[in-house]
Amino acid sequence: MAPSDLRYTKDHEWVRLDGDVATVGLTAYAADQLGDVVFVELPEVGRTLAQHATFGVVESVKAVSDLFAPVAGEVIEANGDLAGSPEAVNGDPYGTGWLIRVRISNPGDADQLLDAAAYERLISDG
Amino acid sequence: MTEQAAMPLRETAIVDAHRALGARLIEFGGWLMPVQYGGILEEHRAVRERAGLFDLSHMGELFVDGPAAGDGLAAAVVSDPRTLAVGRAQYSMICAEDGGVIDDLIIYRLAEDSFLVVANAGNATVVSDTLADRLAGWEAVLDDRSLATSLVAIQGPASVGVLQALTDIDLGGLRYYAIAEGAVAGIPALVARSGYTGEDGFEVFVDWGLGADAWAALERAGRDAGVIPCGLGARDTLRLEAGMPLYGNELDRATNPFEAGLGRVVKLEKPGDFVGRAALARLAERGIEKRLVGLVITGRGIARHGYPVQRDGRATGLVTSGTHSPTIGRPIAMAYVHPDDGEPGTILTVEVRDQAVAAEVVSLPFYRRPR
Repeated sequence: MAPSDLRYTKDHEWVRLDGDVATVGLTAYAADQLGDVVFVELPEVGRTLAQHATFGVVESVKAVSDLFAPVAGEVIEANGDLAGSPEAVNGDPYGTGWLIRVRISNPGDADQLLDAAAYERLISDG
Repeated sequence: MTEQAAMPLRETAIVDAHRALGARLIEFGGWLMPVQYGGILEEHRAVRERAGLFDLSHMGELFVDGPAAGDGLAAAVVSDPRTLAVGRAQYSMICAEDGGVIDDLIIYRLAEDSFLVVANAGNATVVSDTLADRLAGWEAVLDDRSLATSLVAIQGPASVGVLQALTDIDLGGLRYYAIAEGAVAGIPALVARSGYTGEDGFEVFVDWGLGADAWAALERAGRDAGVIPCGLGARDTLRLEAGMPLYGNELDRATNPFEAGLGRVVKLEKPGDFVGRAALARLAERGIEKRLVGLVITGRGIARHGYPVQRDGRATGLVTSGTHSPTIGRPIAMAYVHPDDGEPGTILTVEVRDQAVAAEVVSLPFYRRPR
């Protein structure tokens, strides 16, 4: 079950909101769909992201998938551990598999995110 | 989207077992095939460390029999199957008149006048039709049993122990690239010591309807040894590490055997003419315009099919296959490059999403099994 304290996008990202900081990762559903993650490309700290813009790439053995910014803002941290341990995205998607932290520039963006129940409905219908 | 109705996918006789195991099924060569079960990396490692089980029933099995079976095949393919002792096999290719590769094959000699030609799933029909045309006029009969044959492979160092317990064939006496007839779990079978992983292993050919039984027997027998089912995803990462070409990536109609580094398979001096001989002789003399090389990616990024390759900023070729290598722990790739840029040790770059990622040319294979 998708953790109830997080918010979600239809692109299967989760968002943990803490004041004006959003931590972003991929859901367990996304990680399972991807298969073994072998490479993650993340943006540099300081980069400004528009909502829905691609901010990086996650690669499984067979495929390359874009990552989409759930909220607009400035990248304040990127998970450097994923360079050596990309499998954390599969093994601990809501914990050590986190991708980036963003300082939210438009508070309204967070209102558009799905809650856990809505996300669960999305993946069971899909 | 085209307006044509989609051809329904073929299913192997073993597909229910894959479903029961929770396999992810994909389309491949017109067939519904398992790409993975538990995960590609886990399956890849199982084959390198213990063994894996593969359903390869989508492959083409063409039997050629008759007093002129050897001569007819020799005139149709680039190798000389007549040089095979009974019970031995050779890697080969069937080429067009211009020397372009139609498919790569393994040819097994079952008896003096009897051969089994195994073709790739996506080319089975083309190879069958082409061979039938080329064998016309020879005293030989082609029997395409692709849809009458199931094929289960067990690949990895634990294979011989697992399979020996199920078969009357003395596997100790079966060399690599040899084939024998016998029974596996009581099922009549042809057992070949061959494979597409770079490990020791066996390919077990049985009648179509007995494929599920053969699979179940091998799965049961392999459990204690840690043998697991493996899909096409791991099949691809394994063969790439072993430096083996994939038709559609390294080989196609626009590629000749010499460019692919497979000139040793072409026997220009064999007695009798063969389709493509004149063109291949000219190509052998003229030299190659592109060369297949192995690349280890030393920078950060995964090289994939179609990515451009440069030397000192100048375009030199394209990646044909690439992935993360579980055994080596770095991305690896095969690519066609200008012949001058193909010496092992040459530093090239691969364009990965607008970044030039460093790569080093290495000799193939990337991985050789311990002997």
